[in-house]
Amino acid sequence: MSDSFKIGQRVLVKEGDPPGHIRTPYYLRGKPGVVETVHGAFRNPEELAYGKEGLPKKPLYLVRFLQKDVWPDYQGAPTDTVSADIYEHWLDADQ
Amino acid sequence: MGGKDFGPVNRRDHVRSEWDNRVDAVLKLMLDGRRFRVDELRRAIESLPEHDYMSFSYYQKWLAAIRVLIVEKGMLTEDEIAERLAQLREGATG
Amino acid sequence: MAHHHDHDHDDHAPIEEGKAPTEFDLLEQAIRELLIEKEIFSADDLRRQVDKTDSVSPADGAKVVAKAWADPAFKAQLLADPKTAIEALGYDVGPAPNLVVLENTDALHHVVVCTLCSCYPRVLLGPPPDWYKSKEYRGRVVIDPRGVLTEFGTQLGDNVEIKVVDSTADMRYLVLPPRPAGTEGMSEEQLAALVTRDCMVGVTFPDKPVN
Repeated sequence: MSDSFKIGQRVLVKEGDPPGHIRTPYYLRGKPGVVETVHGAFRNPEELAYGKEGLPKKPLYLVRFLQKDVWPDYQGAPTDTVSADIYEHWLDADQ
Repeated sequence: MGGKDFGPVNRRDHVRSEWDNRVDAVLKLMLDGRRFRVDELRRAIESLPEHDYMSFSYYQKWLAAIRVLIVEKGMLTEDEIAERLAQLREGATG
Repeated sequence: MAHHHDHDHDDHAPIEEGKAPTEFDLLEQAIRELLIEKEIFSADDLRRQVDKTDSVSPADGAKVVAKAWADPAFKAQLLADPKTAIEALGYDVGPAPNLVVLENTDALHHVVVCTLCSCYPRVLLGPPPDWYKSKEYRGRVVIDPRGVLTEFGTQLGDNVEIKVVDSTADMRYLVLPPRPAGTEGMSEEQLAALVTRDCMVGVTFPDKPVN
């Protein structure tokens, strides 16, 4: 399986609130970020959480967000960031 | 959890009690014995009623998660657990 | 055998001699007994597991940080391929999770959290402290890292980018803090003594050398 996203690519975390065990934090859903690291592919925790095998593996990325893009009233420095490991199926390419 | 304000961080640590250690040991045995995956345990913790999730201690949450999974996977039934609890309660006050 | 009459800073205190057992005490006992009776594990298995002391502590992480400060080649490898670097020191990272080392500099300050649960680089630091697992830390550090760092006594100017790293998957993040000034010529052992657990999470700086 090849990765769809490259380092430096702009991505948008999907919105949505599906049931089950989701490792995409609510505070990042719908937010724009940049791919920082391509980690490779891992078993899907959403399925592992229910005793399934979690295959095929899903590509995982460290995505970086500007804090001011995440929190409307962010009080820190404008260059402050937050990063999180997000699975490919939770990301769309962002123009 | 991210973004919620529950006030200042309490930096004090507590020494693990024997109870904590026993729960931790059961947890490790179930994981090492491949009875549970860590993802299943996390899901079980997330499924706890909100009041429990917010008020239980770290190991109380893990114990509650273990309970959910051992019943879900048919290792024990809720009746068996309830029956044993009743026996222990009687023994404790007898 | 020592008895710990510890007071948890929790709503439900563990059993103490002379006090009635709580529902949690009884639940733990019930589950433990039933699992043994059903032969899911044995009483011996449990005893052995309880007696296993956590062999890993922050002193292990401190040794790795000190070596990185003292040895530029090791530092480069630690940043590029941490698993190989620390396995060479005798640590067993295991197949997963994966370790990532984050370098803090004058311009960039990482601080690590797991907002979803309590993922932590146990392979080098041992078990996480209560505050790291608390809702207070997990809730606020992502939205107000500067405020949380201030509570830990750490002040950073606006010219420093604070980067909060949320461990949401299998990666475990360890901060490589900057080497303090005035430590030239110190041995690795002396350097390691300055490296606290908290500075490897990113909420504080390492200790400064005395004198």
